[in-house]
Amino acid sequence: MQDFKRTLITGKAISVDGNDIDTDRIIPARFLRCVTFDDLGSHSFEDDRKQLREAGKTHPFDDASRQKAKVLLVDRNFGCGSSREHAPQALMRWNAGITAVVGESFAEIFFGNCVALGMPCVTASRDDVQALKRAIAADPNTELTVDLVHGEASAGNVRVKVSMPEGARKQLTTGRWDSSAELLEGKDAVASTAKGLPYFAHWH
Amino acid sequence: MGKSLYDKVFDKHAVRKLDSGQFQLLMGLHLIHEVTSPQAFAMLRDRKLQVPYPERTFATCDHIIPTKSQLRPFQDDLAEQMLVELERNCDHYGIRYLSPKKGEQGIVHVVGPELGLTQPGMTVCCGDSHTSTHGAFGAIAFGIGTTQVRDVLATQTLAMEKLKVRRIEVNGKLRPGVYAKDVVLYVINQLGVQGGVGFAYEFAGSTFDAFTMEERMTVCNMSIEGGARCGYVNPDATTYAYLKGREYSPKGAAWDKAVAYWDSMRSDDDAVYADVVKYKAEDIEPMVTWGITPAQSTAVNAKLPAPSAFPSGDRALIEEAYQYMGFAADAPVKGQKIDVAFIGSCTNGRFSDFEEVVKHLQASGKKVHPGVRALVVPGSQTVRQRMIEAGFDKVFTDAGFEFREAGCSMCLAMNPDKLVGRELCASSSNRNFKGRQGSPTGRTLLMSPVMVAAAAISGSVADAREVFAFSS
Ligand code: SF4
Repeated sequence: MQDFKRTLITGKAISVDGNDIDTDRIIPARFLRCVTFDDLGSHSFEDDRKQLREAGKTHPFDDASRQKAKVLLVDRNFGCGSSREHAPQALMRWNAGITAVVGESFAEIFFGNCVALGMPCVTASRDDVQALKRAIAADPNTELTVDLVHGEASAGNVRVKVSMPEGARKQLTTGRWDSSAELLEGKDAVASTAKGLPYFAHWH
Repeated sequence: MGKSLYDKVFDKHAVRKLDSGQFQLLMGLHLIHEVTSPQAFAMLRDRKLQVPYPERTFATCDHIIPTKSQLRPFQDDLAEQMLVELERNCDHYGIRYLSPKKGEQGIVHVVGPELGLTQPGMTVCCGDSHTSTHGAFGAIAFGIGTTQVRDVLATQTLAMEKLKVRRIEVNGKLRPGVYAKDVVLYVINQLGVQGGVGFAYEFAGSTFDAFTMEERMTVCNMSIEGGARCGYVNPDATTYAYLKGREYSPKGAAWDKAVAYWDSMRSDDDAVYADVVKYKAEDIEPMVTWGITPAQSTAVNAKLPAPSAFPSGDRALIEEAYQYMGFAADAPVKGQKIDVAFIGSCTNGRFSDFEEVVKHLQASGKKVHPGVRALVVPGSQTVRQRMIEAGFDKVFTDAGFEFREAGCSMCLAMNPDKLVGRELCASSSNRNFKGRQGSPTGRTLLMSPVMVAAAAISGSVADAREVFAFSS
């Protein structure tokens, strides 16, 4: 049986700098013209990457030494803007697949989308995020570990506190992030709550 | 201790507390569109799940629909495929589809209210972040992702945490030439793009009381741009007058029952808020964004701020914005030459938005500057029809605007309407993100529809009060 518990996530890391990186940048809208998420991975950050290439620079997602990364390090308010789940879906499908994100803060819908896909987004103080970035900068083979049980992230000899809202953390650590089954169990309670709403049957 | 509308609606819709500590929350209205639903339906089929309350979901198409011609099949195969998929899914699960053929189609946040689907005291969700728009009716309305769309289809519920509530009071009378769009751009400028994370915004005060429903929708629409997942205005006589007689509004005896329910959902006078902020309407000027987030904005006549005016953590983003836009601190954005003008979107694509522009076009007799591509895109087929009946189409085309079919159009890059290269666009939409309008290097300036018209006429960013000789 597949193990849905998300307790300890370890992998090589990649860092994308900048505050307020919106989901249009993570996956530009033109790639949303699709009926499955399958082909999104390679288009992650496509326009940002192209622009840097043209300026003679390299986006981290184009850095040959970072292609095996599984943990993404970001700054503040990552994933703001559009509610498109295509953003985490693209990150999950990029190369080895991103499995956890560590940052200063996340936009709410993006955060919720990630949890619904079993991908934790944990927050740390600005200084701690920078310390993790420094720890992985030198050597792309440095592993970054996110420990959801103890609320810690570590890389090299840096160990910092991370946190996430308790409800989401519990869902992930107990393997109950796939919400459908749990919500379906409430079927009868749903029907009775609906009955208590005067409008639910279009006022009939 | 009194309760806010948010707390009342949340409690009324809370089915039970889940093990995680979150609540299972019942959704009163679920809206879907072609972009974020196909994968959700695929997940339903994979898991052999049914849709138990199909009569509480309504579908429209808006993002991919072309606005030049809506003749089927669309020239764009992918767009056609997405629409066919939506039609097939609605058909299969018995979901009401607001069809372009029947003249019912439009942007999801325009058609919901138009049909009277959105009502006070409801929970509303849609796989689209601007679902916050529906909060204008005193509903708790928010955007969700595709996996959550699946959950709502399969259970009519979501797993949610309760938000805190911030009351944003604006009092006083707006000065001539200052609109609802300026108010919300001002609020976001003051509180920042992530100021609302963890909050629902309650918009209150005499300025919002005096607003029409369409103005309230413009404000609530952009709550999400301030980081707040939902924003609302308490329902009042204005709300009820708007709803009366609409297709899905309660009728006869049900109407009185409805009004009683709606009144009971209003925030209590002694409601407690996690935070309260107050602004004066007189302090607000016509606003223009100059950067790559909706908070990077300024009064139209002001000089752009120096990066050093911001906290050190923000400076990198400010510099990135200046570099991307090709603007510099200390010069005003006014006078910047524009290439494209776009009036439309779920923020400002309603009848009254166009009506206000038409008023000034007619009074001034002014025309679009040569070299500016100017688009007028109604938010729904109903809006479009009303505009034609009022003769607005002719006013716009005579003035040099293209008058298009209904859809999201140039608000984002999923249909043929796109910026080219580094074009600069004066836009009545809600997002000025890098690449948002279809060209990876395209640039967007957010402003009110009347300011967009003024820019279209001037060929550059202008103060609409000067262009249209507003009397103050
Ligand atoms: S008009 Fe723009 S913001 Fe509104 S729903 Fe369409 S794409 Fe989204």
